[in-house]
Amino acid sequence: MPPTAPDNALAERAHQRRTARRYPGRRRPTSRPPQARHGLRLGPKPRLPFAGAVGTLLLLGVWALASATGTLSPRTLAPPWTVPGTFWHLWTREGLAQHVAASLRLALASLAIGVAAGLVLALLSGLSRVGDALIDGPVQVNRSIPWYVLVPVAISALGIGDTMKTTMIALGVYLPVYLNTHAALRRIDARYVELAESLGLSRWTFVRAVVLPGALPGFFLGLRLATTSSWLALVIIEQINATRGLGYLMNQAQSYGQDDVVIVLVVLYTLLGLISDFLLRALERRALSWQRSLGS
Amino acid sequence: MAEEPGVVNPAVRVRGLTRLYGTRTVLDGIDLDMARGEFIALLGHSGSGKSTLLRALTGLDHDTSGHGELRVPDRRAVVFQDARLLPWKRVAANVTLGMRDTDARRRGQQALDEVGLSAHARAWPGRLSGGEQQRAALARALIRNPELLLADEPFGALDALTRLQMHALLRTLHARHRPAILMVTHDVDEAVLLADRVLLLDRGRITLDRTIGMPSPRDPATPAFADHRTAFLTALGISPQDRQQNTSGTKN
Ligand SMILES: Nc1ncnc2c1ncn2[C@@H]1O[C@H](COP(=O)(O)OP(=O)(O)OP(=O)(O)O)[C@@H](O)[C@H]1O
Ligand SMILES: [Mg+2]
Repeated sequence: MPPTAPDNALAERAHQRRTARRYPGRRRPTSRPPQARHGLRLGPKPRLPFAGAVGTLLLLGVWALASATGTLSPRTLAPPWTVPGTFWHLWTREGLAQHVAASLRLALASLAIGVAAGLVLALLSGLSRVGDALIDGPVQVNRSIPWYVLVPVAISALGIGDTMKTTMIALGVYLPVYLNTHAALRRIDARYVELAESLGLSRWTFVRAVVLPGALPGFFLGLRLATTSSWLALVIIEQINATRGLGYLMNQAQSYGQDDVVIVLVVLYTLLGLISDFLLRALERRALSWQRSLGS
Repeated sequence: MAEEPGVVNPAVRVRGLTRLYGTRTVLDGIDLDMARGEFIALLGHSGSGKSTLLRALTGLDHDTSGHGELRVPDRRAVVFQDARLLPWKRVAANVTLGMRDTDARRRGQQALDEVGLSAHARAWPGRLSGGEQQRAALARALIRNPELLLADEPFGALDALTRLQMHALLRTLHARHRPAILMVTHDVDEAVLLADRVLLLDRGRITLDRTIGMPSPRDPATPAFADHRTAFLTALGISPQDRQQNTSGTKN
């Protein structure tokens, strides 16, 4: 039933009562007509300038302050200002650059192998039923094995050299790539399948134009998780029988109680993680530029 | 056996078409001839089997069983209710999707020109309005030179004003390219306004089949128009009182 005139009058009076309650002891503000009153803005507001850095800098400040006042003993945690000096010492005297390069080589080689393996397996099992029957089961089993318990298995099978290390890191990497890519391939929108059929697309064109681009966001999600796991796996694996790399330095520093070196190494691992994440985000933005057109 | 009556050399010939979902009969002996270039609108209540008939003609009904004779041209194109553009391909690439001819690009541009979208060829589909997306879907269908265009409520998701513009565009495109068109719609006025012939589907059977036979563009205010409208509304079970309350027909 459309609202009639008396209804409107009633509504208007009710509105006036509500407004009077909201501004007690005051007249209704006259500068704005009532219907233009602004509602509460609930959507996300633009970020504050340097929002990403503020919290981090604050924490660093607290750390420095606690160290300076003696609240935080240097034996518990080395003060932050030892980082540049120790870094310089490691760089000039201990050949830090070579160690970083060694760790990077190991991490990137394992990452490349793991990502390639995860992607190929996901494509095989996501695009063919035979592949699905052969591959998906074992991978799901692998998924429920905690990665760390495989370390002794890998050592007894492959020794303690680079082969074992690369294998173990790749094992941590391929899983998130596989799981996310496979799920994305399987989730392909049935409406697009219908469209492809109605256009008479060939199987290959369908895969190339519809399935693969549709699964790309899932692949990138897997890739980012994989990169995070690769650094984590690197830290753990590198310390086994290390003769070079950041893991070797970490072992040394722990044995000799060089807390300031440990802090420098933590900073280095952090930087590696941040830089790789930044690069991946940039790559993803380029590859998925269409997603921004969906208002996400 | 004697030759059955029907159109000479029709674009579509359907005889005794039956379709079942499981054990449920959804299409129950459909006979239909469509002449080349004929524009047919298909009306019917929700669940009467309109989409099922369209999907049978498209060859997209993998999940049904049934029998009957079905002859359709090879060059078919479909327009869905949603424009169904791939969000990761630019508008022009969506229009030429799967085309392998060397001049696909040029023809794509030409098709976009025809639907008034040439300025948006390089845009992402997500940036277009609903009406623009549906025009891109029309271009994608037209570029394939279809002898039969199947459209399932192609304007159902559009606002009334945009829908009027799309009607004019569809009339122009039909006059120029002359595909046979089978368009499902819920809107009796839309059906009578656009089509050469309007069919009514009721529980899997065609229960009303009227040739409109009025020159185009048609005026909904004429008595002939009102006559067709009344016939279909009555067949759909809409009483004169119901119509009184909603004088502008079935448009919401
Ligand atoms: N995939 C399916 N599986 C089982 N039953 C189905 C399926 N698709 C449609 N049906 C049934 O078939 C009947 C006809 O469906 P159809 O989609 O053809 O109706 P319609 O006339 O297009 O309706 P609407 O106007 O709501 O789109 C409906 O009762 C529906 O429940
Ligand atoms: Mg339908």
